[in-house]
Parts: sequence; C-alpha cells; structure tokens
Amino acid sequence: MGIRVSLFAVLALILVAYVGVALLGLELLFGVIMPYAAMAAFLAGLVYHVIKWARSPVPFRIPTTCGQQRALPWIKASEVDNPSTAVSAAARVALEALLFRSLLRNTKAELADGSLAYRWEKWLWLGGLLFHWSLLVIVLRHLRFFTEPVPGFVNLLRDLDGFLHVNLQVLYITDIVILLAVTYLFLRRVVIPQVRYISLPGDYFPLFLILSIALSGILMAHFIRVDVVAVKELAMGLVTFSPTVPEGIGAIFYIHLFLVSVLLAYFPSSKLIHMVGIFLSPTRNLPNDSRRRRHVNPWNYPVDVHTYEEYEDEFREKMKKADIPVERY
Amino acid sequence: MADEILSTIDYKPPRRRWLDTPVEFRRGTWCYGAKAKSLEAVGLPNPREWSPDQEDWKLPPNWREILLEGLRERLERFRSLRLFMDTCVRCGACADKCHYYIGSGDPKNMPVLRAELLRAVYRKNFTLAGRIMGEFVGARELTQDVLKEWFYYFFQCSECRRCSVFCPFGIDTAELTMIARELLNLVGCNIDWIAGPVANCYRTGNHLGLEPHAFKDMVDFCVDELEEVTGVRVEPTFNRKGAEVLFIAPSGDVFADPGMYTFMGYLLVFHEVGLDYTLSTYASEGGNFGLFTSHEMMKRLNAKMYAEAERLGVKWILGGECGHMWRVVHQYMDTMNGPADFLEEPVSPVTGTKFDHAKSTKMVHIAEFTADLIRHGKLKLDPGRNDHLRVTFHDSCNPARAMGLLEEPRYIIRSVCRHFHEMPENTIREQTFCCGSGAGLNADENMEIRLRGGFPRANAVRYVREKYGVNALACLCAIDRAVLPPLMEYWVPGVDVYGVHELVGNALVLKGEKERTTDLRGEPLDRTDDDEDL
Repeated sequence: MGIRVSLFAVLALILVAYVGVALLGLELLFGVIMPYAAMAAFLAGLVYHVIKWARSPVPFRIPTTCGQQRALPWIKASEVDNPSTAVSAAARVALEALLFRSLLRNTKAELADGSLAYRWEKWLWLGGLLFHWSLLVIVLRHLRFFTEPVPGFVNLLRDLDGFLHVNLQVLYITDIVILLAVTYLFLRRVVIPQVRYISLPGDYFPLFLILSIALSGILMAHFIRVDVVAVKELAMGLVTFSPTVPEGIGAIFYIHLFLVSVLLAYFPSSKLIHMVGIFLSPTRNLPNDSRRRRHVNPWNYPVDVHTYEEYEDEFREKMKKADIPVERY
Repeated sequence: MADEILSTIDYKPPRRRWLDTPVEFRRGTWCYGAKAKSLEAVGLPNPREWSPDQEDWKLPPNWREILLEGLRERLERFRSLRLFMDTCVRCGACADKCHYYIGSGDPKNMPVLRAELLRAVYRKNFTLAGRIMGEFVGARELTQDVLKEWFYYFFQCSECRRCSVFCPFGIDTAELTMIARELLNLVGCNIDWIAGPVANCYRTGNHLGLEPHAFKDMVDFCVDELEEVTGVRVEPTFNRKGAEVLFIAPSGDVFADPGMYTFMGYLLVFHEVGLDYTLSTYASEGGNFGLFTSHEMMKRLNAKMYAEAERLGVKWILGGECGHMWRVVHQYMDTMNGPADFLEEPVSPVTGTKFDHAKSTKMVHIAEFTADLIRHGKLKLDPGRNDHLRVTFHDSCNPARAMGLLEEPRYIIRSVCRHFHEMPENTIREQTFCCGSGAGLNADENMEIRLRGGFPRANAVRYVREKYGVNALACLCAIDRAVLPPLMEYWVPGVDVYGVHELVGNALVLKGEKERTTDLRGEPLDRTDDDEDL
C-alpha cells in the first residue's frame, strides 16, 4: 500500500506542476512563490526541530562504547570508537556523518543447519554512502545557478564530476550514481522481507520524490533542453530577493523546481531530519569520561532512600548477634 | 532437544501488518506481573494482584492520560528519547543484530519495530503529521492492546545495546526500553522478577533479601571453603569504619553457585595483597534492578553506595564483576548521587597506580585493579592450575558497550590461564551477544525466550568448543554466572561457567598456602605443562 500511495503522490505532484505551468500559466506561483514558501518551511522546520531537541537536556552520559576504554595507561585505548575527549567524540561523529562508520560494521546473520553465520553485507553502507555523497555533489554543483561569479570550487567540482563526455555532452557521474543508488535503496526495501515489513509510506515517498527530481534534472540536461541562461536569471532573482520570471523556460524545469520545493517543505517533519539528528545523538557525540568528569543532570531531583539509620533500626539486634558493628547499642 | 527451538525460527515476516497483529501471551515467553507487596514496599503506583495473560489488567481508570502525560514529561527530560523518536529511517541494519530476533524470528523483536511500538504512539499524540495522517505515517492510538504489546516486547529486550552499535544514528533501544518500562511502571505494569528484587534491595540492601547476619554467614561459608582448598584463612570485615576501601560485589556472587567461586577469588586477591577493605551489609548489592524499573528507582537503590562509603569513612570504592551494575556506576552514579567529594581519588595501595580515569566517580572496577596488580608483578601466579580449563571469554553487554572494559579481563585471563580461545569476532567485544536473560529477565517462567535469546551466544561457544575443545566460559557478570549454565546445558553441554576472578583464585599462589590438589570448586587439577595456547 505504502508503495502505491507514495508513487501516486509523486505522480500527482508532477501533474500539478505540469498543469499549473503548461496549461494555466502559473509560472510565478511555481517559479517564485512556491520556492520561497518551501525554503521558509524548510528553514523554519529545521530551526523548530533543533530548538525542540536542544530544549530537552542530556541528563546522563550514555555513549555506546565500541572499543577499548582509556583507563590503565599501558592498555591502548580506542580513541575513535570509545572517545575519551570531546575532540575524539567530534571525530567519531564526523566519521559517522561522512563515512557512515556504524553502518560499515553491518553483517547479515544467517541460520543454516542449526548454526549461525555472519555474512559480509556492506551493500547498504555502499548504497547509502553513494546516494548521500552524490546528492551533496549535485547540490553543490547547482550553486552555479545561484552565484555570480561562480566560485572556483563549484567549477572544479563540475569539471571533476563531468569529465565523461557522451556525444559531446557532459555526463555527470553523480547523476548516474544517484539513479542507481536510489533504485537500489528502493529495491532493497521491496525485496528484503524484513525491511519491507517495517517500511512506511514515509520511507517510499522521499525515494520516489528524489528519483523524480534526479530524472527531471537529467531529462533537462540531455533530452528536453531548457534555456539555461533564463534558468540562471530566475535563480539569481530568487537569491537576490528580486525575483523575475523569464519567458520560455519550459514546463520540465518547473516540474523539477516544484518537486525540489516539495522535498524542502517535507524535509523537517519527516525522517529526513536525520540529517541534523545524527550530530546530536548522545550515544555518539559524548566522550566516555563519566567516571573522570562528573556529568551534571539539570533536572536531578532528590529521591526517597532507605537510610542506614532505618536499616540499622530494623536489624540492630541481628547485627549485634552476628558481631557486625552498629552505630547505636 | 535444541531442535525444538531451532525448527520454529522463521525469519519470514507474517502477511498481516504488524500494526494489526495483537500480542499473544504464550507461556514461556513472558514474566509474571509485579505482586502488590513488591510495589507497595517502594511506593510504586497501582499495586494489585494481576496476571499479564488475563484480559483485565486492572489499570487505573485514567491509565491512558497517565501514560501520555508520562511520555510528554520524558520527551522534555531526555533528548535521547526525542531524537530516537524522530530520526530513525528504518534502514533495517538493526534487525538481525538482536539476539531475541535471531532466536525467535518474531518481527517485533527487530529493534526497529520494538522502537516503532513507542514511536507510533508518539507520532499520534505529539506530531502534527501523526495527528492528521494517522496510520499513513505510522501513527496509532494508545489502546490497551498497544499497552500489552509494550509490556510484552519491552520486557523482551535485555537493554544490551548491541543494536545501537550498528545503528547509523546510534539509536539505543536500551534507552527506549528503559523509558518504556518507566512508563509501564506508572500504571503498575512491572514484572515481579524485577519488582521483587527492587523491594528486597531497598530494605535489606541486596536483591536476594539477605539480612545482615545471613549475608555475613554466606561470606563466612566462602571463607571456610577457601581454607579447605588453600589452607589459608582470609579475614574479610563487615561495616568496618576507617577501612581504606569499600568493596561492593553483586549479591549473586555471595549467594549462588558458581558466582560464589568468583567471590572467593576476590577474597584471595585482597588477602594476598593485604588490602585494607571492608564489605558492607547495608550496601551489599552491586547490581541495581532499579535500572530496569525507572531512572528514579535506579537512583534510590544506588544511593546506598556513596552513603555507606561516607558513613564508613573509606577513601574509595572497589566494585566486583557485574554487568548492569557497571552501567549504573560508570554512566549514572556520579550524575545521580554525586559529587562524592568526601572520597579521595582512587590510588592502588599496592602499586601506587592512580586510577585517574575514575577520579570523579571514585569507584574502580576489580578487573582494572587486578590487571594493574598483575602488570606490576604483585601477584604470584601459577597458570598451570587452570590447565584443566580451556577457556573462552564472554564480554558482558554493559562493560563492553557502556564502558569499554575489553582488554583488562583478557589480560587477566591470559595471565592466569594457558588455554584461551576467542569466540568469532562478530560475537565478542562491542559486538558481544547478550546471555539472553539480562535486564531483569532471568526468571524461570520465561525460560523459552531466554533460551532463544541466548542462542547466538551459545552458538559462538559451540563453535570454539568444537574447534578447540573449550570447556570453560569465563565472564564478568553475576547474571551471566546465574543464567549461562542452563543456557550451556541446553545448547552446548559440557561447558561450565566461570568468573574471571575464580580463574585468578585458582592460579594465585598465596603466601603460606598448602599444596593445592583441586581448584576452588574442588575439581582435580590437571597440569599439561608442555602445551600452551593463548
């Protein structure tokens, strides 16, 4: 059910943009108002979530330690997997965010003839990593539409990513990779029974949305050409807050832009917020130093305890008989 | 016999959606409900006689409001909870990392679905999307069926944190289970195997409910046994003011076979190095079943450690071999009940080593203490006295994943044994598998799920038994020592369970001891001089 509903939702979005621009001439709505609204929703949503998370304190120091602690000086500690300082913990988080280090540990448990075996399973790590890095490179490449002059690193990235030429046209590696990676992420959700069982519509929808964004972008670049100069004019208008809607860009561009707008607006209230959450996870971003330095819980409150006096009052005679010292005879 | 369980494991999920599959309380998989007197003893809400397999759980009329208000409060108190509710992408990496899932095939034992049980209610009540779109975004109402599902599955998680090692966002099911159990306790839905020990521990100082004289009797019994084996009489003291060190062990080590042999090992080490220490009958429990009840109960039970250290005027605290005890001591105690500024930074009186890493909490793990002694040559060891044992080591969940105490026990074992073989790397250190009975789930009535949950651990032991002839499973946790023997008997007969300090006790050459002919258990020694494999 989740798959079909998500797919229809994305197709409906495409239809809405097409009808809006090609038939109703709503370029201003889809080219300016929607992107602004989406960006506002995106930023407000992110801020809302970060504030919401930040307002809840971290009462206890609960890192998941994945290596040797730093204790006795002659035992080598595993600084990244069991950080003893804030700097090492930051390195741990950086490796999580950039290289998906925890996912790299993944294995697959298999039960055969009454024995368990743990098989090599790095495909999810590889697919996830390729998808996220491609997406990042693609987003950075798009900066060329939003900057004038275009910064050197953007051009460099573009040249590196686009060193392949097919029929005199630039073919971006990341375009190919993201299509393959998203397709893989979708297929594993459908094919692996356990993953299919846990999947929600909210897991399929962003995959279809991102796939459609990538496809519409590739279509524009290679098959249904749009006026790139006009697109840049629109983009520059948006970022300089002097929006204009140049003539004759083509519906495919507005479909692309509308899908991106939906993704932005959808982002904060969905699981995609993991982009921010990964940096805040208390099992990863805290050093394992809770015996060395006291961690303070802001809401620590006094509790009822059974005091020694109460204990001795109950057991005094028995303690005396057993020669256990007491406070009062 | 093992086939009975193996033949029923099916990883293929059912056709029916998990949201539409109510829980079935089948004998052997769940624990008895908390008795009224256990809850009353510590003032927990809704004491009554009830049973989870009956229709009516005798909940308070406003149970739903209580739970939702409790959830709201905890969302405001724990960033972990907020994040773990929002950030899961359901990638499924955690699914086959849970020992209960591996051993049962029940899809709701996949950590992701265990968490979704809570998340679905969170979405429905605390997110806009969930309120509007309902099941479409995985949201659902909190009904009595959902509450029963919470009880069933959050008391089928041993808070071992193995899934958290593999999660790309570090989502820690133990944290969610702790909070879910805290919520269940708000309406009186604990299990008695936890509530009973909590009530005991509050009053008598230990889970077993041993009164001071009985506790002392048990220790004296160990002392007599030791004298028989070694010819040396050790002299532990109780509640002695002015001792340098307060030693606190899990009470299971004092009370039960085979834990008591580990306790004997502690006593021998302390005697041999002349440690000025005392035991306490008031703080006679290292473990803390409060951890499995609520953060507040954990704090209430843990308070005894610092209170007793202050009353006795010791300089620092030494802790025995226990798993969840060290989760509490290492990650919670100082925050909850500190600062312990009446204590001093721990220094080994034997080697002069400053335990800098424990300078705030002021409590040292005995494996750290003993490893330091061995490193400095302060213990005369005869590892040949463990030659009858081919040893493998089971990392306990909490010292491994909530502390990182990995090399200290291994260093000790290598120093006191000559035959040591590691289990496969996916099953040890931070990837270690739970015994299947942790977090208060070591009751009898849930034996089937314990055997299922312990299967991955047992399977790895079987591997080294077949390959190297391993016959001794060493561990660092009192619950392990209590629950691994029946697990081994079921899955890998012929493997006995040992504490690390029992092995130390076997090898330790005491000043003035008689010639040993048996190990601490009374088993004959079997020296194999020319054969060493470590």
